[in-house]
Parts: sequence; structure tokens; C-alpha cells
Amino acid sequence: MRRVYLPTTLDEVWSIMDREPNAVVYAGGTDLLVRLHRGLITVDGLICIERLAQIQGVKEEHDEIFIGAGTTHAELLENNVIREHLSVLVQALETLASPPIRHMGTIGGNIVNASPAGDTLPPLYVLGASLEIQSREKTRTVRIDQFISGPGQVLMTDKELLTGIRIPKPKGFGIHHFEKIGRRKSQACAIASMAALMSVSPDGMVEDIRPAWGSVGPTVVTCAEAENILRGTRLRPEILEKAASVVKKTVSPIDDIRAGADYRRVVAGNLLLRLIRYHSDGT
Amino acid sequence: MNIVFHLNGEERSIETPPDKRVVDLLREEFGLTGTKESCGAGDCGACTILVDGESRLSCLMLAIQLQGRSITTIEGLERKDSIHPLQKAFAEHGAVQCGFCIPGMILASVDLLKRNPSPTRKEIRVGLAGNLCRCTGYQKIVDAVRHAAETPCRKECK
Repeated sequence: MRRVYLPTTLDEVWSIMDREPNAVVYAGGTDLLVRLHRGLITVDGLICIERLAQIQGVKEEHDEIFIGAGTTHAELLENNVIREHLSVLVQALETLASPPIRHMGTIGGNIVNASPAGDTLPPLYVLGASLEIQSREKTRTVRIDQFISGPGQVLMTDKELLTGIRIPKPKGFGIHHFEKIGRRKSQACAIASMAALMSVSPDGMVEDIRPAWGSVGPTVVTCAEAENILRGTRLRPEILEKAASVVKKTVSPIDDIRAGADYRRVVAGNLLLRLIRYHSDGT
Repeated sequence: MNIVFHLNGEERSIETPPDKRVVDLLREEFGLTGTKESCGAGDCGACTILVDGESRLSCLMLAIQLQGRSITTIEGLERKDSIHPLQKAFAEHGAVQCGFCIPGMILASVDLLKRNPSPTRKEIRVGLAGNLCRCTGYQKIVDAVRHAAETPCRKECK
């Protein structure tokens, strides 16, 4: 029998971590408990953090939005602050798994799992999210792209916990875009996905653009060269094609059960072509 | 460890390993075999239960997580002399074939109608997207939920 703990405060978490250095933390359990049941991992202690009210909920703080890491996907989808400011994240959450999974799974879990196909990750990259990592001794803040180091790999010790996500309110980005390609609409792991923030001037010039791709590399992929091609131009098919061809060279997808690497490479580029829908000639 | 929680409206207390999966606890310790297990990985929705009124998957919960919660299984929807309007609608619309997915499908529908009392067919499909059915092709299930939504509801289905 494994020991399982259900702490309700962070102080309890730190004490349990001291007593049980090998215990594994889970929140929704939608990923960890699958691996555990299939025997892919063995653990002798589990810390379920679903009752940690301190790390749940959304706070609007001036120019920033703070999301408790233990906030479920469903809670985020129903939150007015998130809906008003972070449409790109809302669009991604709507494609994430299914209603019961969204009632259980948390945004912190999606980050710490660091799956290349994590649906919230491309939006969090383009939004410039930073993460609050706490231990008994201190709290540190790290950018999400410096926290996730590979598939399932994050830079965090066993004595630390991801407690919150800070997102600057996106300013001037009138367009929030997210698209995910999967084998079916719900319950599908992404074959490729792309999140993008974009600002287009009244006369149709791309003032700024931040795209990021999921499922086409070991971590979320960004592409400064494609951004540079698009910035300061009008959205025209030829320009998007040119940027897409750079994207296809930049991504580093793998073959797996869901799709081949070549297909993913093509799809990653083609996802950028969709931005033509925001074309405006200023009239 | 000892777990105290409400199960289908009654307070229950049980001695169980804290890491026993909730689906196993419900089926083996309480004999509530209406809760099914199919994929064991969160893909199919057959093991859906309501936790404080919200749909969750009992194959991805451990017993300790029941502590202090209020759980509804398919058995908890029945009343002394009547079945839940959704159960009635499923039966009347031929929405049940082999039946294995139906407890999960109905509990997911209870959650859906609580959030959205009058969903469109599209909203029903989105709301039930976590529940797989290999028999019906879903049309009759959507018919049944639509019908239940249109039927004036008594207190117990709110």
C-alpha cells in the first residue's frame, strides 16, 4: 500500500516533502494516475494537492493576471478575467481533453507534465508567462521557456512546488489565435498546434506577431525568423508561405502513433497560413 | 485509512487503502457496479461519477480524494418510485443499446444540464465529448438529452 497525503496548506506540503523525499505530487491525477495504474512508474508515496486552496483561483493584479497552479481547466474556462484578457488560452482550453478531465486537470499539472503536446503551453509561451516556484525556504520566479527543458522535463527540485502562473495582460494584440490538429475534436492529443498573438494596424500592416507551436519539437517551438518576415508586412499569401517555409525548417517533430514527422512539419507550416483570415486591406 | 463521505445522499464511512481507485472502491466495497471501467485512462467516460455535483472520472481518483466529498453514482439518481428524467428519456428514445457507456453518459448529462439547462444539439455533443459510445452513433443519445432538457423538471433533477 502506498502512502497518500491530502494536505490543505503549503506548510503541510513542506512537512510531507521532508518526511517523504520520494513522494510524487499530483493535482488532477489525469496523467500521473494513468501512468501509475499502467505500471509505467512506481512510487511509494503520493501527495494529492487538490485541496490546497492557497494555490487555486485567478487574481487580477494591475497589469498582470495571477493564476493559482491548482486551478482547474474548467475553472479557467468559466473565469471572466481569463475570458476577457486571455482569449488565446481560452481557445486552447476548449480543445483540451473533455469536460470531466477539465474538471480534474489543472493548469499547473499541464505545465509540470511538460508534454510537447500540452495544450496550454503554446498559449502560455506567446503570453510570456512566468512561473512561481515555491519551497519552504523561498519563492522564485522563472519564465516558462526557461522552466521546461524537454519532454516531461522541468527545472524544479523535489522540494519545490509550482504554485502560480503570472501572465502580463497582453497589450495591443487585437488578435488571439489558436488551432490544434488532432485525430478527433475532443480527447485527442495534438498532432500539431499553433498559438499566436498578433496586432494588425488599421491599414493592414502586421505590427507585431508572436506565434508558438506545440507537438512539433521536444518543447514548444518559436521562430524569430518567421516573426521577422511577417512583422511590418501585410498579410498576403506569398509572405505567409515564405514564413511557413522557414517554420517547416525550424520545427523538429518526431514520428509517433498519432502522426509522422513529415506530416507534422507540413502541418506546422500550414497552421501559419491560416492567419490569412485576419488579412485586411484597410478598407 | 478511514474515509467519511456522502454516497448517494447517505453518509458512509469505510476503512480502505488510501490509494485504492475510486472505481474499484465503488464496485468492490459498495457493490455499485453501475459505475463501469473501460479504458482506465480517462479516455472513455464509462466510470464518470459526480463529485460535489461535477462530473469526474472515478478511474483517475484515489479513495483518499473522497474524504468529505459528496458522490453521486448512477444508482443515486433513482428515487423510491421513479427514475431520473434523463434515465426515462434515454429509455424512451432508444438511446441505450449495450448499455455499458450509459451510466457515465447520463451522469455527464446531469452535469451538462445543470450548467446549461437548454443546450443545443451541438452543445450536447460538446458536453458529452468525454463519453464514448460504440453502439448508438450518438444521435439517439443527443435526442434523449434534448428531450430531457425540454421536459419540465422536478426538483430532484436540478
